[in-house]
Amino acid sequence: MKMRMREAIVSALADEMRSDPTVILLGEDIAGAGGPFKTSDGLLDEFGPMRVRDTPISEMGFTGAAVGASALGLRPVVEIMFMEFLGVALDQLVTEAAKFRYLSAGQISCPLVVRASIGAGLGFGSQHSQTLENWVTSTPGLKVVTVSSPQSAYDLMRSAIRDPDPVIVLEPRVLYADRSEVETGDHRIGKLGVAHLAQIGEDLTIVAMGQTVNIAVRGTQQAGVSADIIDLRTLAPWDRETVFNSVKKTGRLVVIEEAPESGGWGSQIVSAVTENQFRDLKSPTVRITTPNVPVPYGKKLESKFLPSPDEVAHTLSEFLETGNVPAPWWVREGYVQ
Amino acid sequence: MSTVLKSTETAIQRREALARGAKQQFERMIEIRTIEAVVNDLFAAGSIHGTTHLCVGQEALDVGIALALRPTDMVTATYRSHGIALALGMTPLEVMGEIMGKDVGCTDGVGGSMHLCDMSVGLLPTFAIVGAGYPVAAGAALAFQTLGQDSVALAMAGDGSTNIGAFHESLNLAAIWKLPVIFVVDNNVYGEYSRIDTTTPIEDLYLRAASFDIPGIVVDGMDVTAVEAVVRQAADRARRCEGPTLIEAKTYRFSGHSRADQAPYRPVGELESWQQRDPIKLMSEKLVNEGVLTSDQVLQITESTRESISELVAGLEALPEPEYSAMFNNVWTTEKVT
Repeated sequence: MKMRMREAIVSALADEMRSDPTVILLGEDIAGAGGPFKTSDGLLDEFGPMRVRDTPISEMGFTGAAVGASALGLRPVVEIMFMEFLGVALDQLVTEAAKFRYLSAGQISCPLVVRASIGAGLGFGSQHSQTLENWVTSTPGLKVVTVSSPQSAYDLMRSAIRDPDPVIVLEPRVLYADRSEVETGDHRIGKLGVAHLAQIGEDLTIVAMGQTVNIAVRGTQQAGVSADIIDLRTLAPWDRETVFNSVKKTGRLVVIEEAPESGGWGSQIVSAVTENQFRDLKSPTVRITTPNVPVPYGKKLESKFLPSPDEVAHTLSEFLETGNVPAPWWVREGYVQ
Repeated sequence: MSTVLKSTETAIQRREALARGAKQQFERMIEIRTIEAVVNDLFAAGSIHGTTHLCVGQEALDVGIALALRPTDMVTATYRSHGIALALGMTPLEVMGEIMGKDVGCTDGVGGSMHLCDMSVGLLPTFAIVGAGYPVAAGAALAFQTLGQDSVALAMAGDGSTNIGAFHESLNLAAIWKLPVIFVVDNNVYGEYSRIDTTTPIEDLYLRAASFDIPGIVVDGMDVTAVEAVVRQAADRARRCEGPTLIEAKTYRFSGHSRADQAPYRPVGELESWQQRDPIKLMSEKLVNEGVLTSDQVLQITESTRESISELVAGLEALPEPEYSAMFNNVWTTEKVT
């Protein structure tokens, strides 16, 4: 049936809660109010206040509580309203949850899920619009997932809850209202760490994630370029095999990131591909990112800040024509040297 | 493997032994004190690398807590946890083995002095981040409450931890949800290198319970029986679903903060004055006065413990370092992931 992405998330949470009584939800305004983005709408009514708990504005407290609860038999799903709010709780995820298995010699693990809304595009300003996945991707012991559509949100949420390790599920806020066909059911549960080939093509490989998957699709259409578009889905651990196989076929790699150029997750993809497939590459690798500035508020500014279909089309066309890495718009247009 | 490296008793048996009486409790306190002395010497001599945080002077608190809890209750503790680990029942082999980085240690030598764990006696992996154990204990209690189990969680941390957000967030969460959890603040007067009165506007930390509308209790942390009584009272309350308790145990850190710190900042005479209230001295006097032990027996316990720990350490020193493969285990549950 057709669902908005937020409804697909509710549906995934509900299906997991029905099949496993140890799944509980914690977060700010998730119970009575059904979640600030309506991603837990109706779950309080079905599962009651013991399993759907409104928390104080206290991310360190309730994220830490999820760590302890997960070590002692629950499967908590924590909602972090905006990814930035995880900043005050990062210790519990990075330094505690990710180490519990290691520092207990395997006696316990933390099967918890932290969901966070991410990204720009809705005018939330500099402190509510970042993706920040690189806060958590360099921590062995954590898995990091980004959803890109109603179906992927359903599939990945259920898979993340079933996963025995701590998983962070990042949800691009701009996609919550996207509506498309969603198949539900246990058969949608899979293994994390598997990328999805969103489009098949010949000339180049595009690796995208979250809202840049749709941007990549539109950008290639606009440029008339035939590309493999890989929706990476899991950033830690990421699916090397799918990326390597595609680059082997196309010989060209473009990564589209909704993150500042500096320290972005695409660097890691590019580095692995050049290390392993230097001789398969016909051209240098390309990263399309945001500029190294905070997310600006004004609609005109924010639209320019995000990788756009126009920018993707321009970059791909120039890249295929010249074989060189095109300058990003902020250099081309003279804002940054 | 030499015989000293084979534990004859399991952690759970050692835990049960503690309940047999004052003599066993005294022996455990001596064991903790002896191990800390040996650890201090090994680090000072450079035989073990890294750092360590000793709990000398706080043995009564550790043993009192262990006495009041069941092995199915869960404890979160800090980087100063050799004492609580031994008190809860962990064997000198798994504790010393870990401190010395050997694979017979409780976490196969990947954890070290600050990271001890044995779920069979309820010790969650100890926390090297100040205050981090508070929310985790609240979460363990949340699991007990949600699953309808009558276990309790207990978080131990130092006086310095009452100024970190995790303390306040956890007490708040525990209070509104009436979680079966006990927060024990070990007020040993110093937070790292700073005296409590330079970092905290109040002297009595149990008063902080008031803002969460939960009971705040102060106890003499140098007295095993007193500690046991208040922790038991808090645990009973928690098991009756009446919610959390904050306990402040007044103790004193006889050592510096860590290996590198000889505590030169201490006012002259402060340590000596607290040594008059040394929990081991107080307990041995009490046991001798009550006729439970003779002075000779006290000496004998001290001497035989020293011998057995020395023998254990010699055996551990002879062991090789763990295989490199040890560092790759237990990062993930299902598989190795790159």
